[in-house]
Amino acid sequence: MTKKIIEARVIGNQEIIDGIFRITLDCNDAEYGNAKPGQFINLYLRDKSMLLPRPISICLTEKKRITLVYRVVGNGTKELSSLKEQDSLRISTPLGQGYHIEAMFEALRQDPSDRKTIALVAGGLGIPPMLELAKTIRAQIEADPRIKLIALLGFREEPFLTEELSGFCHEVHAATETGIIGFPGTVLELIKMKNIVADYFLSCGPKPMLNALAAHCHKTNKPLQVSLEERMGCGYGACVGCTCKTKKEKDGRMIVVPQKVCKDGPVFFGEEVIWSE
Amino acid sequence: MSKQDLDLDFGDHRHLDLRVSIAGVTMENPITTASGTFSAKESSAFYDIDELGAVITKGVSTVPWEGNPTPRIAETYGGMLNSVGLQNQGVDAFIKEELPYLRTFRPRIIANVVGKSIEEYCTAVEKLSDADVDMLEINISCPNIKEGGISFGADQKRAAEITREVRKYSRKPILMKLTPNVTDITEIARAVEAEGADGISLINTLLGMKIDVHNKRPVLCNKMGGLSGPAIKPVAVRMVYQVRQSVCIPIIGLGGIMTGEDAVEFLMAGADALAIGTAALIDPTAPVRIKRELIGFMNRYGYQNLQQIRESLL
Repeated sequence: MTKKIIEARVIGNQEIIDGIFRITLDCNDAEYGNAKPGQFINLYLRDKSMLLPRPISICLTEKKRITLVYRVVGNGTKELSSLKEQDSLRISTPLGQGYHIEAMFEALRQDPSDRKTIALVAGGLGIPPMLELAKTIRAQIEADPRIKLIALLGFREEPFLTEELSGFCHEVHAATETGIIGFPGTVLELIKMKNIVADYFLSCGPKPMLNALAAHCHKTNKPLQVSLEERMGCGYGACVGCTCKTKKEKDGRMIVVPQKVCKDGPVFFGEEVIWSE
Repeated sequence: MSKQDLDLDFGDHRHLDLRVSIAGVTMENPITTASGTFSAKESSAFYDIDELGAVITKGVSTVPWEGNPTPRIAETYGGMLNSVGLQNQGVDAFIKEELPYLRTFRPRIIANVVGKSIEEYCTAVEKLSDADVDMLEINISCPNIKEGGISFGADQKRAAEITREVRKYSRKPILMKLTPNVTDITEIARAVEAEGADGISLINTLLGMKIDVHNKRPVLCNKMGGLSGPAIKPVAVRMVYQVRQSVCIPIIGLGGIMTGEDAVEFLMAGADALAIGTAALIDPTAPVRIKRELIGFMNRYGYQNLQQIRESLL
């Protein structure tokens, strides 16, 4: 069997800023070290009145350990936040398709310009998966000084994970809606005001942000990959609860293709997503 | 998940007869998958599909359906709401692309059929009659589509009419999947039996709703959806029991089966086979786990076959 539900052990579970927690799990399974940036895992709660798994994107992996960062929004995440060191938690092996990193490098190779910039654009709880993504990309560009990796992060108020991202990115720019730190405004306003240019965009965050970024990339003709969020049922492609509309060329004309966010995604190419809704 | 695991968990089960026959189609065991909760490709990543007695496919229609807008899943206390709306690729793609793969596995194949009109049901049924499936399950009970679906299952005359018409086009046994959103389920069950249904599946989901009080909006984009999961099990057991008293044809019981004991409860109420739905969304391996727990229960109480369980209710 290629996928499993396993019993993981909590190594740490702390509140990093108000309402946002970082949990690290010992999974004792090599599958986790092979997780792709942008993949997620299902977390199964103990309180059986809450049936559905909680899908949470992978923030970092280290051999058999994974780290997730989540916001307490309801009773399910409240239960998660109450877990203590050594507690056990049922989780799935990594699910979904992560970022298409090879496709990105292939596209960058096609680009004749000498110096290139990869931009990670993320907002709120879209920021945690950027860590594993940044780590993976940094490892691949370490030997190539012509490629720069930057992170553009949008926060409602207090920033988090910026320091960790600074460890992998050449530059980290933060924007906060309240203006308490960094650029006052949205991350898209930051890109436009500061005239930040990149050759490839990878993104995760709230839909309005993704929508605006997709429009920006379309206008400036820059490739983009986005991680979409949708309310999921099973998280492994059986219930078809979470779909998004994409477009595909077939026999010379564009057709609408519904895809499963949990299984075909959550990462899609910006150009294939139908953004109008 | 191997046979050896079964032996280790619950002792020898080879002396047990788990077989069940529905309309002349023999299943190796009574466990099947509720329509819309199973995907051969995705489910087989978690367990050996050959462990199942049958698989019931996602609903197929004459042409591809897009389904409803998202969000179309909501969690409720001990249950979940869905308003997927029978998104599917259409019967032609199903026959060409999905069936051959399904046939590489051992379980019997029961194709679930949906439609917006009697003509649509009949067209899909006719095509599937020529295809490599063992049985058809006619969904006249989906609460998530505007036309068709539940409107056929909630009315005795229309349920009779669609059974009669579909019967004409089907050369395979047909199971009618009924809705619990009716005043008297036995009337509907008798009506479909009288028109030649070979079996009955019940129950489909209960129409429900959830409101996000913080945002003052229904959680589902479609506002209402079908409630499933353990929250609805007592309703399902009651209806299986009532229908068992009213008709002679076999019953596939479903509605919130989460454990082997739940499965036994449905058998005692009168079900011949059991479909696992929501449980498999929560625990992908639930169908095989429930089968093992059923075997464990039979060993514990000395039941040799399913008929003995079915006849044991005092």
